[in-house]
Amino acid sequence: MSDATASNFTPAPLDSSKRTWLLTASCAGAVGAGFAAVPFVSSFQPSEKAKAAGAAVEVDISDIKPGELKRAEWRGKPIWILRRTPEMLESLKKDVAELADPHSERTAIPIPPYAKNDWRSIKPEYLVLIGICTHLGCSPVEKFTPGAQPSLPDNWPGGFFCPCHGSTFDFAGRVFKNKPAPDNLEVPRYTYLSDSKLLIGEDKKA
Amino acid sequence: MAEFKEISPNAPLGAKVGNWFNNRFPTAFAEYRKHMSEYFAPKNFNFWYFFGSLAMLVLVIQIVTGIFLVMHYKPDAAKAFESVEYIMRDVPGGWIIRYAHSTGASAFFIVVYLHMFRGLLYGSYRKPRELVWIFGCAIFLCLMAEAFMGYLLPWGQMSYWGAQVIVNLFAAIPFVGPDLALLIRGDYVVSDATLNRFFSFHVIAVPLVLIGLIVAHLLALHDVGSNNPDGIEIKQGPKGNRWSPDAPADGIPFHPYYSVHDIMGVGVFLMAFFAVMFFAPEMGGYFLEYNNFIPADPLVTPSHIAPVWYFTPFYSMLRATTDLMVNVLSVIIALGAVLGFLKCRCSMLLRGGLVLAAVVAIALLKTFDAKFWGVVVMGGAVIILFFLPWLDRSPVKSIRYRPSWHTWLYTVFVIWFLILMVLGIMVPGPIFSTPSLSWLTNELVAMVGTLFYFGFFLLMPWWSQLGEPKPVPERVTFKPH
Repeated sequence: MSDATASNFTPAPLDSSKRTWLLTASCAGAVGAGFAAVPFVSSFQPSEKAKAAGAAVEVDISDIKPGELKRAEWRGKPIWILRRTPEMLESLKKDVAELADPHSERTAIPIPPYAKNDWRSIKPEYLVLIGICTHLGCSPVEKFTPGAQPSLPDNWPGGFFCPCHGSTFDFAGRVFKNKPAPDNLEVPRYTYLSDSKLLIGEDKKA
Repeated sequence: MAEFKEISPNAPLGAKVGNWFNNRFPTAFAEYRKHMSEYFAPKNFNFWYFFGSLAMLVLVIQIVTGIFLVMHYKPDAAKAFESVEYIMRDVPGGWIIRYAHSTGASAFFIVVYLHMFRGLLYGSYRKPRELVWIFGCAIFLCLMAEAFMGYLLPWGQMSYWGAQVIVNLFAAIPFVGPDLALLIRGDYVVSDATLNRFFSFHVIAVPLVLIGLIVAHLLALHDVGSNNPDGIEIKQGPKGNRWSPDAPADGIPFHPYYSVHDIMGVGVFLMAFFAVMFFAPEMGGYFLEYNNFIPADPLVTPSHIAPVWYFTPFYSMLRATTDLMVNVLSVIIALGAVLGFLKCRCSMLLRGGLVLAAVVAIALLKTFDAKFWGVVVMGGAVIILFFLPWLDRSPVKSIRYRPSWHTWLYTVFVIWFLILMVLGIMVPGPIFSTPSLSWLTNELVAMVGTLFYFGFFLLMPWWSQLGEPKPVPERVTFKPH
């Protein structure tokens, strides 16, 4: 391009219909791009296979000794079945003042109606919990021996301790006050198929 | 377009080849001059200025070793752990490549933390380098994402539970959190789907963004020019040096002066790097955590889990945010509002707005769980860095000419950062086993550290203006040697 022609250049008058069509085409293109994003974003969702893997599981509880914890797996999560001793059940009455939500009244994680009682289970002896801390999803560890010990208060009544962020739970999975976890441990829907068999994940008799 | 240059047929072959390319691809020559041989950097750089080029070196190490690891690694929950052990034991040279990659991850953070601290010391984020700093902070964020997702790939216990905790952080966001966490995991728990997508992000998506940001970081830097330990703009000083009459008198060409200079830094760095890689690749459990040599078990969390050392300062801030911290924050906000109301020389309307804002803030603090605020604190600790260019109001850039007590304040800041780092590695609860000291918990100390960290930044507009700065010289301080 030479300088002589550049100085003679006069811009063409604005063709507003051309501009309208350019704008329309750009908007249509943006909408199209938005639709094109749908399959990519939806591919982030759980697959049909993952959704189907949530079936209820049966657990035999006849072999659990008093004071012992049995682990099972449901939807990839640890399920705990704790057979509580009378001393463990007794400790539930004493620690109420130190709990954040002793009567399971918070609604963030609903508790099945049949477990909304002082021992948070259908039968007081057997506690069924999802062993995932309500803070950030670690699995708490058993700290069943009462009394002072590292990481725990001196008046520790026994229960569970989350190794990740230090939340503590009693023998009903209720969280202690002023801990990072906001909620008590979740109680899954479950039902007794017989005295020695539990069905985890469903609560109507199969 | 540049003129087509003819060259004498008697010219040497090298000159002819150079001319042939110069006529067809002049951009390459122009860019080489702009970024290398005619990029004039201040001549007074000290050792702190090694870490930028070292970060580039580590990036290259990570990309090259990463490419070779992908040839043998299997992103499958059933095979991932095994395939990493296969690389370590059966692939010839595999262990060197893998240890270089794992050591490189920690080296990246050491180098980047020092690089960022250099910026803090010499005010390298101040006008006109705000964008250089912001691109740098974005690079730091990408690096954290890259490190976090890469850590899931070996599918060990720490991989699994670390990912579980961090993904659940997103679930703490009110209203959309649980669905967001589900989208990230692609399953109701961390699973094969999560591993696959993290692999894709770790090897393709995040590195692409990272490289784009590094290009922007360097282009923006070369547009405004490098800062230096004196915080003096060499472009505003006298002109003319032995290479160009228009270049700043205190600038020297990046190549060969700093390229050769940086080779020395590379030499020292590689000595340390290889010493770790060959003699202590696990670095006592800090670079590669022992629990990660156990395959992932979704039913059992290891008795002590902690993130890798480079995340622990932010992690202990997360742990420190309990109900107690929320109450302390509410009190601080209330006191701030009262103080603002009494001391502010402004209209009644503005004062009323201040009190209203404080009331709303306290109400929000008490409405949502401490868990959510923990996530906000942890994220905020990184995000606050983006605002540094506007928080610092000191009349001088470099720490060299700040009031002496600024140096002490920066020292205390670094000490708190290191304390938070150590606390994040340790188990929560009482620090000492002595019963009389049982009140002194990890979380309590971390809370003080967190408050100091945020106080340092949020009060910076106030304290950075205090005190009498020392006289700033006209020209950079430089002793020829």
